[in-house]
Amino acid sequence: MITIMKKEFARFFGDKRMVFSTVLLPGLMIYVLYSFMGSAIADQFMTAADHVYEIHTVNLPDSLASLKSQQDLEVIEADLADVEPLKSQIEAQETELLVVFPEGFDEKVAAYDSLTSQETAPLVEIYYNSVFTESGTAYDTVCGILEQYETSMANKFDVNADAAKRYDMATEREMTGQFFSMLLPMLLMSFLFSACLSIAPESIAGEKERGTIATLLVTPVKRSELATGKILSLSVIGLLGGVSSFIGTMLAIPKMLGGAAGGSMDAGVYGGMDYVMTLLVILSTVLVIIGVISILSGFAKSVKEAGALATPLMIIVMVVGVMSMFGDGAPSATYLYLIPFYNSVQCLNGIFSFSALPVNLAVTIGCNIAYTMIMAALLAKIFDSEKIMYI
Amino acid sequence: MEEMLKAQELSKTFKLSKKQQKLEKTTTKTKTAVDRLSFSAYRGEVFGLLGPNGAGKTTTLRMLATLIRPDTGDAVIEGSSIITDPNGVRSKIAFLTSELKLEEFFTPDYLFDFFSELHGVAPAERDERKRRLFGRFGISDFAGVKVANLSTGMKQKVSLVISMVHDPQTIIFDEPTNGLDVITARVVTDFLQELKAEGRTIIVSTHIFSLIEKICDRVGIIVSGKMAVCDTLENLTAEKSLEDKFFDIYAEMEGKVL
Repeated sequence: MITIMKKEFARFFGDKRMVFSTVLLPGLMIYVLYSFMGSAIADQFMTAADHVYEIHTVNLPDSLASLKSQQDLEVIEADLADVEPLKSQIEAQETELLVVFPEGFDEKVAAYDSLTSQETAPLVEIYYNSVFTESGTAYDTVCGILEQYETSMANKFDVNADAAKRYDMATEREMTGQFFSMLLPMLLMSFLFSACLSIAPESIAGEKERGTIATLLVTPVKRSELATGKILSLSVIGLLGGVSSFIGTMLAIPKMLGGAAGGSMDAGVYGGMDYVMTLLVILSTVLVIIGVISILSGFAKSVKEAGALATPLMIIVMVVGVMSMFGDGAPSATYLYLIPFYNSVQCLNGIFSFSALPVNLAVTIGCNIAYTMIMAALLAKIFDSEKIMYI
Repeated sequence: MEEMLKAQELSKTFKLSKKQQKLEKTTTKTKTAVDRLSFSAYRGEVFGLLGPNGAGKTTTLRMLATLIRPDTGDAVIEGSSIITDPNGVRSKIAFLTSELKLEEFFTPDYLFDFFSELHGVAPAERDERKRRLFGRFGISDFAGVKVANLSTGMKQKVSLVISMVHDPQTIIFDEPTNGLDVITARVVTDFLQELKAEGRTIIVSTHIFSLIEKICDRVGIIVSGKMAVCDTLENLTAEKSLEDKFFDIYAEMEGKVL
């Protein structure tokens, strides 16, 4: 068995291109891709920090003259007659914002009483273009200022006004946990699956296709040892690919989120114990994935067919992974952890949200190993079956 | 004479798919590839299975090599039954066919060590044998070259050498010279004669009369899965050439004259 494993490793690690494309490339790709996505998203929704917004106002009231002193706003006063041309300019993304105050805004506001008035409140109209990022941001800024002004006029009470205080009692750790536990199980499962899919069919269906496995089968090596050796060595390689993708993801997620989430997401909230648990769960998961793909590859006549057979399985795994994005975190009922793939996803979900139950982890790892042993026995049977191997 | 291999009443039936039934112009769902075949091979002789394509030669050899199981019958090779002790058989024989390939990624040197390890050959013994066999076939210079980059002839030589890692006494060889150029074919037949001289037992299958005439001591002629004749080459070729003899038997068995 050791000999078989050594050969598989020699085959894999001796081929630099294969090592690069299965182990290094996925992690690197994910890191680069996600980081790029992060900065692209940031570019899309954020404007340069020193951008000065061009704002046209009609009938700008004295009470809001403070707009002019805002550093990032350049206020240009205009007449009613300019409204239409300015609107088309905004449509053409040539200028950013047009704010039209009713005439005598200050007096009207002073006279207006929301409780007794029969008329509608004075109306400020702001024309903007939401597709034009700068225009959208300027709109948000001006709205903010106006709302603040409105609040300051009739301030009876404030909510959460003390900027120095923390009102959201969720800790950064919990928020990070919630976010990661939503995203990571699904990503991890698909990384692991694709890593395994890139090696297992090649090693089993490929050897069958090329006629090299028959050479092994005429030696006195036990079928069970051949099957176990293959599954174990392929799992190690699959795990390397999966871990590389995982590292890429962990490094890239903070970058991807960038400033959008307040920049507070950090993989540092997880301790060594969490990583050890994650590693154990993904190791047992890789065993199951390799086992299933190996059996499918054993039945397949070619690498191509093995890939085709494994595709529906991949979809199932993805669906199970997506399930963890919804629902209320990992369920605690232990019997659910007997279901392969589902158990792994929910365990990962539990680990990343700091709510994993040791008994469920143990059940998951234990039954994944048991499933793998059953599948190894089945693969040995396949190797022994002349109908499957030589026709 | 020591009996090294004894095949008794070996039979193998394959299921035919609808497509195959059409091709064979038959409505029976099964095809008997090998029909109660019995023969023996003795130490130090070359036994040849002669027959046309589809006669059941390869199926017979695959059964002997434990790659497929016979439906009925058994064969005992050096005391191990292919039914009850297939692993014992595998450790005693060398099985060579063009269908068994070597992984192209590895070098002859690595593959020799790998298969030695699978056969449980001690390292000292392995190194000595490797030196001798690589030298004998001129592989030494190519020992570090990936199989993928070797010529067809060299690949065939490497396959031969690899099959001998455990110094087997019984060698089963399906179509030994098929697809080989004259030079490599000569290397193979010379080697088979050498093995015979060393007292090993060799079973070959072929449809090439000249090969049988050149290397075989005894011949079994198979037609449609049945053993038509099994005798020494001398007896078979006493009156006429092997080729003529074969067609007489073939016509008799199939009930038609070619």
